[in-house]
Amino acid sequence: MAALVAALFLVLLAGGAFLPLLLTALPGAGGRLTDALGDPVIWRSLRFTLVQAVLSTGISLLLAVPVAAALHEFRGFPGRNHVLRLFALPLALPQIVAVLAIVGLYGQRGVWSRLAESVGLDFPSIYGLTGILIAHVFFNMPLAVRIALGGMASMPAEYDRLAHQLGMGFAARFRHVLWPFMRPALMSSASLIFMLCVTSFAVVLTLGGGPRATTLEVAIYQALTFDFDVVRAILLALVQVVVTAFAYSLLTRAGGSVSSGFTVGALRPFAVRHTPGGYLAAVLVVSFGVLFVLTPFVLIVWRGLSADLAGLVLQDSVRRAVTTSLLLGTLSAVLAVMLGLAFAAGVTRRAAARRFSGPQTGAERLFGQMSSLILVVPPVVIAAGWFMVIRRFADVYAAAPVMVVTINAAMAVPFAIRLLQPAALSAAERYDRLCRQLGLEGFDRLRLVTWPLLRRAIFLAFAFSLALSLGDLGVITIFGSQDVQTLPYLILQRMGSYRTQDAAGLALLLCVMTMALMMIADRGSEPNRAERTDRS
Amino acid sequence: MTGKEQALACEDLRFRYGGDSAEMRFDCAFAEGEITALVGPSGSGKSTLINLIAGFEIAVSGKIRFGESDITRAPVSERPVSMVFQENNLFSHMRVFDNVALGVAPTLRLNGEERDRVEAALVSVGLAGYGARLPGELSGGERQRIALARVIVRRKPILLLDEAFASLGPALRGEMLDLLSSIHDERRMTTIMVTHFPEDARRIAARTVFLADGAVVAEGPTGTLLDHDTAPDAVRSYLGG
Repeated sequence: MAALVAALFLVLLAGGAFLPLLLTALPGAGGRLTDALGDPVIWRSLRFTLVQAVLSTGISLLLAVPVAAALHEFRGFPGRNHVLRLFALPLALPQIVAVLAIVGLYGQRGVWSRLAESVGLDFPSIYGLTGILIAHVFFNMPLAVRIALGGMASMPAEYDRLAHQLGMGFAARFRHVLWPFMRPALMSSASLIFMLCVTSFAVVLTLGGGPRATTLEVAIYQALTFDFDVVRAILLALVQVVVTAFAYSLLTRAGGSVSSGFTVGALRPFAVRHTPGGYLAAVLVVSFGVLFVLTPFVLIVWRGLSADLAGLVLQDSVRRAVTTSLLLGTLSAVLAVMLGLAFAAGVTRRAAARRFSGPQTGAERLFGQMSSLILVVPPVVIAAGWFMVIRRFADVYAAAPVMVVTINAAMAVPFAIRLLQPAALSAAERYDRLCRQLGLEGFDRLRLVTWPLLRRAIFLAFAFSLALSLGDLGVITIFGSQDVQTLPYLILQRMGSYRTQDAAGLALLLCVMTMALMMIADRGSEPNRAERTDRS
Repeated sequence: MTGKEQALACEDLRFRYGGDSAEMRFDCAFAEGEITALVGPSGSGKSTLINLIAGFEIAVSGKIRFGESDITRAPVSERPVSMVFQENNLFSHMRVFDNVALGVAPTLRLNGEERDRVEAALVSVGLAGYGARLPGELSGGERQRIALARVIVRRKPILLLDEAFASLGPALRGEMLDLLSSIHDERRMTTIMVTHFPEDARRIAARTVFLADGAVVAEGPTGTLLDHDTAPDAVRSYLGG
């Protein structure tokens, strides 16, 4: 029942944005609809969306393969676990913060560009495809590394030993031993990265260089806020949904999951003696990866500390934005966890009915599809749809808090459910019969069994949902106003008015908030005494 | 069944796992205070039969009688039954004491006398002083002892064991059977144990029911039924050698 209500909520949220739009806007559009189909903006945005997504995916994977192979080969590498932790951070870093750092590193007066200039090299402009690709690779290369390592962690322990016993060199080992395990993981990460890049909004909004470098999502935003062209916005939204549905089908066929890369696969320690050349090559490759991922963080801290942080914190607008971000983020995370739990409960109940064996029932598959609905209809599209619906009946900006909370919660549901569902299923599979026999039902079962077993997953889901919501710059860009401003929205405003120092200070503040959440979640995900000793 | 009073009876109990699976049909009775072993090849319906008695499966037709009461459709927790599974009998996140105490009150709100009962049960399974430990800190045999301690505090008249000791080594299994036997002598619970080991049945079960293809094929005193010289053909073929 709860799962049905949650599914209905998501269907209404996603579908509700679309249907009234189509019904009200299209009849009035008349012949403009056919004209709009020939609108060059639509096709140019579509082409750019696909081109940047394909290039971002390709470059991310190309760089991830050697880094993952080096990290796998050198498991005794000092600081390897720190590298893996570092590679988890970009996923939770708000896009607007990363963009600021990337501009500071690769922009016209950036650290790397000035270094390149000093040796006579010409660095291309950061605005446009180049900047978008750098930002996307920063976010996705570490993700691909973690997924590839996860794939290789499933390799039987004997394979490595056998390969070394047989005297295979690195090339032979990579081809015959590593690659077969890395390839499926890379396939699934390729489709995941493609999906993330197709729906990337904040990066393209800030680094996109005008009409030539505009994706479908940014074009929807521009059509609504600058051109007031509802018909174009609808068509763009429809094309976006078709593209994301295609990307989502690729993702599900590749066997990927939106939560891939959220956990570090623990590798068995296996001390192998490597040649000095091999060791040096691995150190160089890993150092490149670390440098590429770490430097933006260093820059965020450095630039942030150079800003007048005390002055910023005293500003009313900043304090309001922090409070608004935390309040809306917390509500959104609570809602995401509740929706995730409702879906998990629905699937678990049905799995219990089929005694946890055999293929999934239709209802279980349906709940799975519904929970991922938000991936097919991206948040910006939903926000744009509801913006046009609400403005016909009420003050659209007054509805901002509700829309930000609900859409961000829906955005976090696929992540939340993938953390909650396995825990719920495992708890039920192990203990359902025992609970029923002991008469442990209702609140007692919740208090004594369900909560202790799901607490970690709930905690993680809440932290990830909150981090996602804190960094959101999609929904708030459409619904934000002077009255409702979040921290990312304020950073965007300060960037727009060339108050770069302020933006850097606020970026550090936001970065600290999300990173603190990630660290808490990381701690929270460590097993407690009972879980460490659980062998039953 | 012998002259003892009948505690539990399955009368024309029919069950099907769904789809085009074959229908199982059970007709058998269990004497009060006796240990009965259920033996038979894999897929013969042993676990299905005790899951029907425990209420984890619901029969399509037929009756399960406990004394004068019909418990065929009674809720699981209201049946006069305690069951020990092969694994996952204990909640891994709860202390041993709480795992046993759940058998007294699912709310875990216990008065002094009830707490004493739990401690006494731990003493009777030889694990006094283990109350503060977590299940993961115990061996497989110790975990099953704790499950038996909970059976003791539950005071249900019927005990079902679904290959409860199958994952233990031979020596430990023998120890557990001896413990079960002493608990049984003291409490006189009607005990039904599913086992793959005929020697386990010979060790403690007064009677044995032999199942094949979802039905009771033979039953009788264990000594006779599981003896190569006196066993019916179907049982002899199962015993081999």
